[in-house]
Amino acid sequence: MANAVDAPKDSFRLSMLIYDTRYRSLTIQVIVLMLFMAGAAWLVDNTVRNLAVLGKDFNFGFLGQRAGYDIAQRLIRYTNADTHARALLVGLLNTLLIAFLGCIAATILGVIVGVLRLSSNWLVARLMTVYVEMFRNVPLLLWILLVFTAFTEASPLPATFRVNAQTGEAESSMLFGLFAVTNRYTAIPDVLVERGLGSLALGPLSINLTFLAIVAVIAGSLLARRALLRHATAVQEATGLRPKTWWKSLLILILPIAVLLWALGVHLSVPAITGFNFTGGVNVSNSFMALWLALSLYTSAFIAEIVRAGILAVSRGQTEAAFALGLRPRRTMSLVILPQALRVIVPPLISQYLNLTKNSSLAIAVGYLDLRGTLGGITLNQTGRELECVLLMMLIYLAISLVISGAMNVYNARIKLKER
Amino acid sequence: MSETGTQTVRFVRDTMLPEAAPPASQSGAVKWLRENLFSGWLNTILTIIGALVLFQILRGLVPWFAHSVWNAQTLGECRQIIAETWGEGARGACLAVVRDRWAQWTFGFYPAHLYWRPVLALVLLFAALAPILFSAVPRRLMAFSALFPFVGYYLLWGGTIWTPVVALAGFVVGYAVWRALARRNALAAILLALVAALVWWLLLAGPVERALAQVAPLALQSVRSSSFGGFVLALTIGVSAISLSLPLGIMLALGRQSDMFLIKTLSVCFIEFIRGVPLITLLFTASLLLNYFLPPGTNFDIILRVIIMVTLFAAAYIAEVIRGGLAALPRGQYEAADALGLDYFQAQRLIVLPQALKISIPGIVSTFIGLFKDTTLVVFVGLLDPLKGITDAVRASTDWKGIYWEPYIFVGFIFFLFCFGMSRYSMYLERRLKRDHR
Repeated sequence: MANAVDAPKDSFRLSMLIYDTRYRSLTIQVIVLMLFMAGAAWLVDNTVRNLAVLGKDFNFGFLGQRAGYDIAQRLIRYTNADTHARALLVGLLNTLLIAFLGCIAATILGVIVGVLRLSSNWLVARLMTVYVEMFRNVPLLLWILLVFTAFTEASPLPATFRVNAQTGEAESSMLFGLFAVTNRYTAIPDVLVERGLGSLALGPLSINLTFLAIVAVIAGSLLARRALLRHATAVQEATGLRPKTWWKSLLILILPIAVLLWALGVHLSVPAITGFNFTGGVNVSNSFMALWLALSLYTSAFIAEIVRAGILAVSRGQTEAAFALGLRPRRTMSLVILPQALRVIVPPLISQYLNLTKNSSLAIAVGYLDLRGTLGGITLNQTGRELECVLLMMLIYLAISLVISGAMNVYNARIKLKER
Repeated sequence: MSETGTQTVRFVRDTMLPEAAPPASQSGAVKWLRENLFSGWLNTILTIIGALVLFQILRGLVPWFAHSVWNAQTLGECRQIIAETWGEGARGACLAVVRDRWAQWTFGFYPAHLYWRPVLALVLLFAALAPILFSAVPRRLMAFSALFPFVGYYLLWGGTIWTPVVALAGFVVGYAVWRALARRNALAAILLALVAALVWWLLLAGPVERALAQVAPLALQSVRSSSFGGFVLALTIGVSAISLSLPLGIMLALGRQSDMFLIKTLSVCFIEFIRGVPLITLLFTASLLLNYFLPPGTNFDIILRVIIMVTLFAAAYIAEVIRGGLAALPRGQYEAADALGLDYFQAQRLIVLPQALKISIPGIVSTFIGLFKDTTLVVFVGLLDPLKGITDAVRASTDWKGIYWEPYIFVGFIFFLFCFGMSRYSMYLERRLKRDHR
């Protein structure tokens, strides 16, 4: 570039703004900036004038007002006397809940299907191909509606689970004696704590100490296990012999949490039919079940393809080279194949998680009150503040996406191939 | 081994034995079964589980389809026919609903005597797509492909013929200005052509159209957007958004790769914003917020708004797919283009994009498939998509109240055909464009 800069410095002409590569990009950017500013100003001006015509203003004060509607499923305390902001939070937590559970189920299912699709078993591989093509090529909305219909139309009434006094048998029976799928809700066992630790109130937040204790013990176990494995590696490097760790690590992982759960008196409360309804467990609404199942099934088909591509991307020579070096199959898998396959699998996998989170907004089809249902649905209709509600909703979804994709970028940077 | 050579050979075979057939377990169906279904205990278990699952599914579905009824006017009649033919308690598919209401699923509430117009538009669509999709079709026909958007609009919405003609004339005006000035100053020609076209559309088009309509009132019966529905609606939105989002996506991808800070920042912000929010919020923006963002008193067609939003949505995804393709190109390709003395646009057009687009074909097509599936979401802004809008309408009639599975299966099957067809086409295209010999 030295030559370009050292070009003869004759007087500046206006045409150089276009024809001289030194200035052209600057010219283009200035023009784009002006156009962009003009466009933005036009939009803002229109919005201000439209709001004035409608007699509205732009403020988020409505979030502090009383919401006045009920939400059937909530993870935090909420009544219809709470504010719209609280309702928003309930909706957001519902969105995150369905996204979290959906990601877990979709990953498990997707990995199984993806691996089985590569199986040498003719029948199973064909079945999995049909599964993947069927779910990928049909709109998600159809699966949500179909599963919802299966729950509401093809499941028995709760009352049919009651034991008939004359015959001594019930018309419908529960799955494994734990779950009951009815046409109104799915009854699942509840986890009850007999001797809870109470909760710690910190201003508006209250922290459940029982939950905190369980998390702390699990984290502690994991850290202890890591220390154990590191010690084993150190011993191996010093002496060449790796001490046996499996029973110790199993003990570290299971014993503390088991003791804690026993001390807290944690037990399952199985739902039972009393009168016309199930009590004793948790009655999960069918809209939640349908949305969760449909999202998981649909996304699992995409994840299966990602897993398959990831496994195929590791060339056979890698396995053969590992065997030639004398690595055992298990170590070959964990040291050679998985690290390479994961590098291919994880980025698209996380973008599938993002898709699932965004697709959870289809809760509208089954009436599950997620973020769109509360903030973008009932709150919007009650307050009539479309502009604020939709913008805020977009911002929240954007924030969720950016957090997830930020995590992905960190991971990508860590596993990136170090070249030159 | 030395002593073996000293032994006398007692017998030497002088004729070859005829080839024996392979053992029964090593040939034919038995071998295939052993290798593909029962090669080990794990595989055997998988085969048995797979067969059981398949059997359970088929046991439910086969009788249901075998007992299907195609000739009935109402759900009650259909159930009665099944009960009479197959006995009390038999279950069967009432596919008669498809036969009875297929027109609604296809055309929505489009006026029945005008069905020929969407059908003709569909036929012409295939004619317009042929030269783009298949290299065997003569290139000349591309001219028709360029004309099709206007023809298609006129056929679907009707109204005076002068609306699409005047809109098309804008392009002609721009082209004429460009041709007239291109020799003298290339840059000025492009700018002036743009200005001329804009002036035509914004200032002259309205009066000219009205004048022409008075002189020669050539018009088809106009059809309002609210009567669109079913697969006509899904295809209208899908095809327009697909064809508009590809160029926009390419531009965004190039913008994101650009050296110019401002252009790069704007592209990144746009792409990340669109990819970060669900399509449904963008559709709500189209139906609720666009009234705020446009000058007071403007109100334009809801289908057009939805097409714009779906296009922007798909363009952001396509931009990311193409960015992957651009990143996959070796640096040497860019440097070779520079070394040949090509300027930016020549380099992109002749060297970079042909290769980058080829790499991105699978991603682009799967974005298109996703877009076509997402057209079903327009039901949430009040349009009658085939999946929920029309199905609910069918179910709301007294004749077919209470029918659940058959509409979903029918609509799902049609979507499957379209999407599966698109993915097969992308495989064909990949094979056709393959240039290496791997």
